[in-house]
Amino acid sequence: MNLTIDVSNKDKLTTVSLAGEVDAFTAPKLKETLLPLTKEDGQTIEVDLQGVNYMDSTGLGVFISALKSTKEHDTNLKLIQMQDRVHRLFKITGLTEIMDIDNTVRGGM
Amino acid sequence: MSTLKIDLENYKELMRQYIETKDEQALYQAEQFSKYSMQQNISPEEIINVHIQSLEALYPEMPEYIQSSLDFLLETMISYGLAYQEYQSLREKQLELKSEISVAANMQKTLLATDKPQIDGLEVGAVSIPAKQMNGDYYHFVKDDNGALGVAVADVVGKGVPAALCMSMIKYSMDSFPENRMDPDVILGSLNRVVERNVDSSMFITMFYGLYNINNHTFRYSSAGHEPGYYYDSSQDKFEEIDASGLVLGVSSEATYEQCTKKVNVGDMIIMLTDGVTECRQGDRFIEEDEVLEIIQKYAHLPAQETVEQVYKHFERLQDFHLRDDFTLIILKRRV
Repeated sequence: MNLTIDVSNKDKLTTVSLAGEVDAFTAPKLKETLLPLTKEDGQTIEVDLQGVNYMDSTGLGVFISALKSTKEHDTNLKLIQMQDRVHRLFKITGLTEIMDIDNTVRGGM
Repeated sequence: MSTLKIDLENYKELMRQYIETKDEQALYQAEQFSKYSMQQNISPEEIINVHIQSLEALYPEMPEYIQSSLDFLLETMISYGLAYQEYQSLREKQLELKSEISVAANMQKTLLATDKPQIDGLEVGAVSIPAKQMNGDYYHFVKDDNGALGVAVADVVGKGVPAALCMSMIKYSMDSFPENRMDPDVILGSLNRVVERNVDSSMFITMFYGLYNINNHTFRYSSAGHEPGYYYDSSQDKFEEIDASGLVLGVSSEATYEQCTKKVNVGDMIIMLTDGVTECRQGDRFIEEDEVLEIIQKYAHLPAQETVEQVYKHFERLQDFHLRDDFTLIILKRRV
């Protein structure tokens, strides 16, 4: 399975759109893209997860390390359009409590 | 070089036979010859050399341009010979690594070994199977003097060697906690601080910690972002989720853990698992929660250890005996 990553930038907002699966195979690629963004001064990084139908714990690890990095560099991380199955993972792990997750649009399966 | 000399004779003879008779048998012999040469670490250019010598011996009148073309071929093969040598040394290295990993896996088993406790009136069933050589799942039983049984089920994100090393750290931290402070929320809070200080930023651990009190049959539990467990009510033949809120270990040092209590009746079960169970896939399809519970229910009448083993076997078959993730399932069943 594959993951496509699209990055677009507008002023202080960078949108990272993902489609596919975030698992042990694709997580390193995501980390490579996401982490440097969190270190850019004053940035807000919005990750659009609408196209992600599966994420495993390695994928969660990438978002955790991105979150830690935003705290160190005073940037912001926001996750939007998360599908139900993926949202369940963030909920169980308690990450919904400490991450900025937009719940308004939730795709089905 | 005497063995090679014998082979030269052999090669020459085989080639002569084939040229004269076009007999398949000689071709088969040539294949055997190549296998034998590989066993003897003979490089491709050496074989071509043997071929040239055989031709010269059989056809002393061979035109010069054929001779030259073969010399040319010989040079061309030299890089292949080098690649072959490299392949062999990598193969040796790979064998070495494989044996080192299996030593490490055995060591992990020894380090993390936990005895399944024998307790009157309480059946304990446990199964934990790694997807690869080393297990990133972990369970641990602790029995204290007051008749309480502590059970930890954990899953380290990431698989293989780093996960295994991390698990050892967790186990030794747990062993160092004073035995009179076995409250699940306190234990998870302490472990969280250990993990937060010591592991890589993208690594985390989920853990469910439960404490079964044998005297009054209550089960106290907390969860650090772990897959929810289940309570099986035998009188109603129904399952309910048991979960407590709490962040995974290793993300924030300030995390606190909710602690809940459940009264356990005779015949009822507590089921703890890892996401290797709930994230089973059949082909591209995920196994739904209901299906997992259905299977547990199907084998619920068996002794707890047999229940967990049968459930494991079911999902192993379903995934064509190819686990994607480590699989851990623990069942506590109150008998009297």
